[in-house]
Amino acid sequence: MRLTYFPFLVAVWILACGLYGMITSRDLIRQIICLIVVQSSTYVMLVGVGYVTGGIAPYFSDIAGPHATVDPVVQALALTDVVVEAAVTALLASFAIQAHKRFGSLDPQDLAEFKG
Amino acid sequence: MTPGLTDALQATILVLVAAGATMVVLVRDRVRQVLALSLYGVVLSVLFLAVQAPDVTLSEMVVGAVVLPLILLLTIRKVRGTR
Amino acid sequence: MTPGQRKRAFLVGAAGLVILLIWAVTGLPGFGAYPGPYGPAITRHAVAQTNATGVVSAINFEYRGFDTVGEEFILVAAVAGMSVVLRRLRGEKEQPAAREELPGGGPATSEAVRVAALALAGPTAVAGWWLATHAQANPSGGFQGGVLLATAFVLVYLSGEVLAFRRISPASVTEAAEALGAGGFAAVGVTAVVLGLPYLDNFLPLGSPGSPGAVTSSGTIALISFLVGVAVAAAFVLVAGELLEQRLLSSGGTTPGKG
Repeated sequence: MRLTYFPFLVAVWILACGLYGMITSRDLIRQIICLIVVQSSTYVMLVGVGYVTGGIAPYFSDIAGPHATVDPVVQALALTDVVVEAAVTALLASFAIQAHKRFGSLDPQDLAEFKG
Repeated sequence: MTPGLTDALQATILVLVAAGATMVVLVRDRVRQVLALSLYGVVLSVLFLAVQAPDVTLSEMVVGAVVLPLILLLTIRKVRGTR
Repeated sequence: MTPGQRKRAFLVGAAGLVILLIWAVTGLPGFGAYPGPYGPAITRHAVAQTNATGVVSAINFEYRGFDTVGEEFILVAAVAGMSVVLRRLRGEKEQPAAREELPGGGPATSEAVRVAALALAGPTAVAGWWLATHAQANPSGGFQGGVLLATAFVLVYLSGEVLAFRRISPASVTEAAEALGAGGFAAVGVTAVVLGLPYLDNFLPLGSPGSPGAVTSSGTIALISFLVGVAVAAAFVLVAGELLEQRLLSSGGTTPGKG
């Protein structure tokens, strides 16, 4: 049993779940959490694309010489991605706080009516 | 590890990740959803370990289990009082 | 649009999107059959060229250092934006700590949490520091080390020592540290330009070829990783500080409904 497309299908499933959560949420904070789930689907996709069957992790401090490793470039992308996502989530959370302060509610359908 | 065993391990963790994402989206209460997100972060970091990516594991574990729940719980505490 | 209509429209759209994505994904070369020439080419030459045994960090801070400068500045911009958005609005004043909290505004937690947090703050700081300064050798690096270091500061707050938290992370020092980290990263690149090399070239001595992975080997990678660690730690301590301060503010004069 080979896993040829299973990780990518899992990434698509996570994306669909997160999108569903975002659309049907009545609360800004639920929307932020579902956005985090959507972002995690991209990490699964990235790291899954770079995997090489039988490859080792790309570190040579205890193994000398060239070896078949998994792709290190997508790991570098995913790793900075994860940390920057946290900072952007903090910014979104601060928007939610200010929206609550000024408009008194966190429901995106109520907030859509306020202009300006 | 034999290739078959590695495949089985990765398949199991992928199923857990998919179940975790579904669980995070379906939880109703806000604080419980944050805790579910934290658990999802830990399962995701185990997946990254199983595909030979230790750096991403460390990042996801620290961010997903510590920083994101911290930010979200502080925000929830601040806006407590509606719904 | 009522919520029911919105959900139906979404399901139609999502079905289309998922079908397209599945079609795209099944056109990939399959899990484990990564063919790309870039990855294996880097792993073949990274240790010889940079004396760093951690190839992922070598990519982050040397081969693709320019991308990392961009990500670093996304971080700085997000935290700056957060400070601006959470500024004290007209009419807000700081209220004294609520009844269920400790005097001074600390969280009301159990003794077990406080003791555990106090005991773990020190080792967490050491672990974060180690991660941030050993990027070239192991699975470590500035980003994850910086976040762990920020966690150590937050553990101090969680252990009830609110005054200590305020004392070890005053806003001016944290902002200066973040600017130092991010600006230092850009300055390392500019120094390379001043020396006549391309931006962010590795101009520091590479150490002896027989000791890859030592802290003084690999030139600018260790330095950049350390600066990134400082910047990321300061950024997240600022984030935590902003959010913790928000809890004590109460609105007095803003009118809901006006933009």
